[in-house]
Amino acid sequence: MTAQGIKGKDVASGNFDQNLSGRYNLDKLFATAAWAATIVSVLILAWLLFTILIDGLGTINPNFFTAFPSRKPENAGIKPALFGTLWLMMVVAATSFPIGVGAAIYLEEFATDNWFTRMVEINIGNLAGVPSIIYGLLGLAVFKRIMEPITGGNSVLSGGLTLSLLILPVIIVATREALRAVPNSMRLAGFALGANKWQVVWSHVLPSAMPGVLTGVILALSRAIGETAPLIAIGAVAFIRSTPSSLQSPFTAMPIQIYNWVGRPQAEFHSIAASGIIVLMVMLLLMNAVAIYFRNRFQQTR
Amino acid sequence: MQDTRPQTMTDVALKAEKISVYYGSNLAVKDVFLDIPRNQIVAFIGPSGCGKSTVLRCFNRMNDLIPIARVDGNISFNGEDIKRFDPVELRRRVGMVFQKPNPFPKSIYENIAFGARINGYQGDMDELVERSLKGAALWDEVKDKLKDSGLGLSGGQQQRLCIARAIAIEPEVILMDEPCSALDPISTLKVEELMHDLKSQYTIVIVTHNMQQASRVSDRTAFFNAQATEAGGKMGYLVEYDETQVIFSNPREEYTRDYVSGRFG
Repeated sequence: MTAQGIKGKDVASGNFDQNLSGRYNLDKLFATAAWAATIVSVLILAWLLFTILIDGLGTINPNFFTAFPSRKPENAGIKPALFGTLWLMMVVAATSFPIGVGAAIYLEEFATDNWFTRMVEINIGNLAGVPSIIYGLLGLAVFKRIMEPITGGNSVLSGGLTLSLLILPVIIVATREALRAVPNSMRLAGFALGANKWQVVWSHVLPSAMPGVLTGVILALSRAIGETAPLIAIGAVAFIRSTPSSLQSPFTAMPIQIYNWVGRPQAEFHSIAASGIIVLMVMLLLMNAVAIYFRNRFQQTR
Repeated sequence: MQDTRPQTMTDVALKAEKISVYYGSNLAVKDVFLDIPRNQIVAFIGPSGCGKSTVLRCFNRMNDLIPIARVDGNISFNGEDIKRFDPVELRRRVGMVFQKPNPFPKSIYENIAFGARINGYQGDMDELVERSLKGAALWDEVKDKLKDSGLGLSGGQQQRLCIARAIAIEPEVILMDEPCSALDPISTLKVEELMHDLKSQYTIVIVTHNMQQASRVSDRTAFFNAQATEAGGKMGYLVEYDETQVIFSNPREEYTRDYVSGRFG
């Protein structure tokens, strides 16, 4: 009747056939499958990095960063695209962060549950899945044409606002998830001390949700930095001989420049395209590093 | 104030008249009449789902925060209808301590200072923090680590921090919703001793599942019970409300006698 569970040995005990070895085997099988899945994705990434580095590292030199695009691959540089992308990211971060987080706070903390908010919620969910070229066409109509007196037409501002629209749904959804993860007891504690909603949200809920919010914003910005289609739709061109000097300046961006070089027949352009990819990836990593730094600081103060 | 009604010996801080609480169309608590005398401790006891926490939350209008909740009847605070108070003002004067200790994920100092700051406290903040922590019998344990997170304290200390936070904004009443149910016996004892000390300055209403606790700390006890409704839910009502001594030794109702002697619930 009473059998002791000696490790690794199957024991029958009353009404329970524990089948320990079978369960451990299943455990091992599952762990192996999960490990294999991880390895596959890491290998693909490593292979990608390896080939890009092989192709592109040789052509990265100081001239590459300071030169403008050229018909001759050895003279071509990435300066306008690099600056264009930096300007774009500033516009995107400055507009999408406050608007996205603000909308999420409203929907999660202030809005009452009625047909209107439910409709808004469903639409935001859908917008997150709309192809980026559609946002490009929207940006073309709204920011480039209708708002031309403000944006200056084909400009950094038009491009940045278009990319902002693209990532707003992602930021809103991620921020709402982060707000929802804040325990309700914290809100109640604030209200019981005579705080109003704003004071509870600003002092307690938002700081607690900040690491999650920043994670969402990082992911969204990473998506924006690599977008090409919407920028082409609003008319950004690759060949440009100036860096932006204001929000209304014409611009180009890293992915557009890379796309342009990849499309040329000469092999030399393909290797500087690889160099461009390396620069873009380093920018992305730097951006993420900054955001992770801020996230950790928020977590420490908790 | 001239009042023609017969006055009880003590002044009434909170008065509930025919309170019914609905969640949606469900009647959760029905027709509660209750006077909370000033500077006394009143305990609410009763089985789960009898509405004692619900009634407690009426007193500082926390039920307002639940969109589907509706409170019928009148509650007065110092003789004035609480519906005429701004809820933010009311909650400063009627503080609350929750079942699970819920300090803010901030420093011990900030936990106390937050309530004072948002309510426009003009005095010396350091002094207030010290006074509040002393008032909650926590000062000696935390005075050297005021900058440390409130979450680093033990459960019992966290709950006393929550009490300190509540008394920092100088309320007149403190509502406690099962404040010791998540604490070990030693921490419970500390909180109970603290309640005795606080009684001279504050009116305290405590919901508790622990009948010994009710009999140890309270002056008056309200016994709530629940009855099944036709819709399959539970509806709470006040069975009996009297001096704690009477409730535990010689209650009028048989239900109360059965409950306090442990025969059901």
